[in-house]
Amino acid sequence: MNFPAELKYTKSHEWIAFDGDTACIGITDYAQEELGDLVFANLPQAGDEVFAGEAFADVESVKAVSDIYSPVTGTVLEINEELLDHPELINEAPYDAWFVKVEGVSAQEDLLDADEYAAFVEEEKAKE
Amino acid sequence: MEKKTPLYDTHVKYGGKIVPFGGFLLPVQYSSVIEEHKAVREKAGLFDVSHMGEITLKGPDSLKFLNHLLTNDYTSLKPGSARYSPMANENGGTVDDLIVYMRGENDYFIVVNAANKDKDYQWMLDHVSGDCELKDVSDSYAQIALQGPLAYSIMLKLVPEECLPQKNYTAIFDVDIKGICSIISRTGYTGEDGFEIYYPAEKAAELWELVMDAGKEFGLIPCGLGARDTLRLEAAMPLYGHELTDELSPVEACLTRFVKLDKDEFIGKEAIIARGEPKEIRVGLQVTGRGIVREHMDIYADGRKIGHTTSGTMCPYVGKAVAMAMVEKEYSELGTKVTVDVRGRSVECEVVKLPFYKRQK
Repeated sequence: MNFPAELKYTKSHEWIAFDGDTACIGITDYAQEELGDLVFANLPQAGDEVFAGEAFADVESVKAVSDIYSPVTGTVLEINEELLDHPELINEAPYDAWFVKVEGVSAQEDLLDADEYAAFVEEEKAKE
Repeated sequence: MEKKTPLYDTHVKYGGKIVPFGGFLLPVQYSSVIEEHKAVREKAGLFDVSHMGEITLKGPDSLKFLNHLLTNDYTSLKPGSARYSPMANENGGTVDDLIVYMRGENDYFIVVNAANKDKDYQWMLDHVSGDCELKDVSDSYAQIALQGPLAYSIMLKLVPEECLPQKNYTAIFDVDIKGICSIISRTGYTGEDGFEIYYPAEKAAELWELVMDAGKEFGLIPCGLGARDTLRLEAAMPLYGHELTDELSPVEACLTRFVKLDKDEFIGKEAIIARGEPKEIRVGLQVTGRGIVREHMDIYADGRKIGHTTSGTMCPYVGKAVAMAMVEKEYSELGTKVTVDVRGRSVECEVVKLPFYKRQK
């Protein structure tokens, strides 16, 4: 399983990449594998506010719907429209399939680096 | 505590993702629900359905009891044939739906839903009369379902043609499949051609492996509960707890053709008649807006609630988000536009024909 070193991670399995006070958010390789084939992504709209630790989007597999949580507080600058028509991209390339870009980041969750997140995933797997 | 089916270790070996279902630990998927679903539509898939309950009924009054217990009529059932029926309660609600095989004179084999097995068996024991005997034999049977257009060719590698039932809803008992004494039934829950095989639990893994080996060249893959649900939904087959409930009568659930009101009597007959013409009807919905509709969501038209969904998902083969729903009759016409409340979001849908998928014969 792949957890790129340049990204930060949450315990709810989102990844985040910062560029100044703008953040790009998606879900991890572990998350997409656990969710299975994704068939729908429900994203916020540009201009919406998102809040650290609160759901900002949901994705649906054939079997179930799952909330996606924002690691940061800020305003949605842009959404990845491609995911609306091709949610399978999240399964195929989870780190290219960003959900939203958020600007004006004012607060954030406790974030993990790649090694910490990899260790956390191992713990989660051990619970299964 | 969930039970393991006799194929549990096999699922783990094949990489199945195990979840609790109907009191059992079963694989929801092996590779991917979509891939498994498509394999059944285009080639073949193998399912463990050992969680289903099996009950035998024997004795001279068996037929009389079946006709009392069930809404369908078993009088004309012949040895080697199977017949589906709802089982109603005194209020007309549905206890379960099941399949009865006739093995021979005064000798029946009843297959019920896993989650309802104990309830069903108790219900039968509470209502049994006359000279016949019921026995819950669920734990001694493994059951696998081989489903898909290539299922027949795969079975031919294991047994000669005369051991394969040729018609839907027929079965051959005591078939020797490489030394394993089995019941081979031409039935399934996928809308596709295929077989369900009942055989001794202690041989569970052995027959599974034999079928997997025989199917290798045909592209057979193991399939989980996820695909089982999307396949049955695409084929618009009812599932207890969704399309059928304790409250809903089989007539209200649109299973009228399995309710023989011309029989002298059966449990629930008077109540079903007294309930009269149903006000709601089962329809298919296709999402025309954006999103996926699931079970138990409210349906709106003309500014008011006119029904609710009973099952819904993205159907992998037809490639559309669809749902089965109960709506007021005046909204049941094909093409009727409705909206469904999907977690607070209004999603546009249209009434379409059931089933969503029908096999080309």
